[in-house]
Amino acid sequence: MSSITYLEAIREAQYEALRTNPDVFLYGQDINAFGGAFKATKNLGREFPGRVFDSPISEDAMIGMAVGAAVEGARPIIEMQFADFSSVGFNQIVNQAATLYWRTQTPCPITIRLPSGGTAGSGPFHSQSMESIYAHYPGLVILTPATVEDAYWMLLDSVKLDDPVIFCEHKFLYYHLKADDFGQAMPIGKARIARPGRDATVVTYSAMLHESLKAAEELRLDGYEVEVVDLRSVKPMDTDTILASVARTGRLLVVGESFPWGGATAEVVARVASEAFHLLDAPPLRLNSKDTPIPYHPNLWKSHRPTTASISAELRKLLRY
Amino acid sequence: MIRSRTLEEKLGSLYRAGGRIVGGVYLGRGQEAFSAAAGIHLRWDKDVYGPLIRDQAGRIAFGEPLIDSLRTYLGVVTGPMRGRDGNIHRGQPKHGYMAMISHLGSLLSVVAGALFARRIKGTLGDSAGATSIGDGGTSTGAFHEGLNMAAVEKLPLVVSIANNQYAYSTPTSRQYACENLVDRAHGYGIEGHSVDGTDLLACVKVYRTAFERARVGHGPQMVVGRLLRLGGHGEHDDASYIPESMKKIHESRDCLTVAQQQALDLGWTTQAELEAWHKQARQEVDQATSQVLKEPTPDPYRETWQALSTTSLVEGNEG
Ligand SMILES: Cc1ncc(C[n+]2csc(CCOP(=O)(O)OP(=O)(O)O)c2C)c(N)n1
Repeated sequence: MSSITYLEAIREAQYEALRTNPDVFLYGQDINAFGGAFKATKNLGREFPGRVFDSPISEDAMIGMAVGAAVEGARPIIEMQFADFSSVGFNQIVNQAATLYWRTQTPCPITIRLPSGGTAGSGPFHSQSMESIYAHYPGLVILTPATVEDAYWMLLDSVKLDDPVIFCEHKFLYYHLKADDFGQAMPIGKARIARPGRDATVVTYSAMLHESLKAAEELRLDGYEVEVVDLRSVKPMDTDTILASVARTGRLLVVGESFPWGGATAEVVARVASEAFHLLDAPPLRLNSKDTPIPYHPNLWKSHRPTTASISAELRKLLRY
Repeated sequence: MIRSRTLEEKLGSLYRAGGRIVGGVYLGRGQEAFSAAAGIHLRWDKDVYGPLIRDQAGRIAFGEPLIDSLRTYLGVVTGPMRGRDGNIHRGQPKHGYMAMISHLGSLLSVVAGALFARRIKGTLGDSAGATSIGDGGTSTGAFHEGLNMAAVEKLPLVVSIANNQYAYSTPTSRQYACENLVDRAHGYGIEGHSVDGTDLLACVKVYRTAFERARVGHGPQMVVGRLLRLGGHGEHDDASYIPESMKKIHESRDCLTVAQQQALDLGWTTQAELEAWHKQARQEVDQATSQVLKEPTPDPYRETWQALSTTSLVEGNEG
């Protein structure tokens, strides 16, 4: 019986980090007694007195404070209530945290948890996927776990890393995604073949992995074997695994939930086009959300983001070429 | 206040019934007096209003049709946000009614900017702006920057701080270390007022002074109201983190009950008239609800999917 949710994995990882490393502390809005807006820190304040703090609504200062604490040897985990609000701390993330090591040789081991991505009815400011924005900046590690196992192990790894990590956890997966146990850890920076195939490759990450797997299953009924690669970490990006997959299939579709201009999906296409042009039997495609803010009404939201149906349609286009 | 309370009760029950409202519902129960007292000093199309989460009453007082709230919560295309944005994230900027984004604090400078532009265009006249925020929102850099800027520019802006003692679950002791938020007014170089936010008459009086002073050039006015939200952060939240004893005290100081008693005591109304108003509000809300439930929800195939007004510069959405 599958019993551990993606959200519980995130809580368990924080529990484990707090338990095993006295340098770890948690800072975020409503995370102490209340356990956080999503309950990702439920009971942690009680179990680790003096190490879980309710923050004022001050994202800029939250990140700045984490950087200062990291300089002193602490390993803070900062919870943004929603990924969208990290934009308020943007300056501290990309200019303070991301440049510290390069400028001063002082490591900056902070983990910034971003409850990311769309859910129905959440609207333009509680739905954003920020991985591409942060990946653009040197000095940050950007993780996008799509499974319960990765949510657990990659969060633990984030805390151990001596660099700032933007941990993009997907809200859509919080309650629905379940596993029996935490399985095996895989190293950060390695992509994973989530489903082997030979006719086309889908490279994706986070919640879009699950839509893509469903699309691959749909295409199987038509006799196609679609390989699905889960990036796991957007930065660093595991180009080798991507290229090896494209070498097998000759066709590439990249799927991401963030906005279409640039970003992680464009990066994959650019790498494949420049390094493996000769392997491609069809122009590489990408599928993202639409180029508008994320709509509130579910009718619009469902059309704004990629879905199993739109991924299947792109795949058919790719396979027909 | 009565219409706001009645409408919000309907929103709460629609939320609990499930189905039609997708996403959160954020109510202003217990804050109607403080919000409405600001709203009645504002003129649609003349002043600038940037309400926040718990300002249903102020929005109605300002002149927003009650049905627009329902339309936005239900995301129908007839509403001001046409299903693109929802719930409290609504406004009609062309009428001086700013549409909040979620990021707390960031509306203050926008309201200030509208006033600033009017001043340089020479159209400011006696217009004023108002915006509100909770105790928690005052911790944002945006709030500080906006207020400081408005103070430097000496803009006719009234900033309401609804100090309901909690920001979601976080008590004010984890939000600020000053004794009273109104003390900050001095630091900004602006005038500050505090008031019992459950006392409608007191709120009206304080806002009257604040708006008068703002309109004649005394610069931004901070109005801090002490109150408690009589509900959760949103309808999904049971506010179990607020001590029962505190809830009890505040339930017994429900601003709507207080206001009705004040009106009765002063002989402004009668019990019968009050009941008639409640009945009328229920009818209005029921009628609006059944109308909105029939109105069309957005059709993705009709949606333009364009975020620029300069449509010639919009790229294809094939991305
Ligand atoms: C910049 C920013 N960070 C976090 C949030 C998430 N959030 C929404 S409402 C809220 C609490 C607000 O409390 P307060 O300002 O006191 O207003 P109240 O809800 O009590 O009316 C939080 C943390 C947000 N909207 N904006």
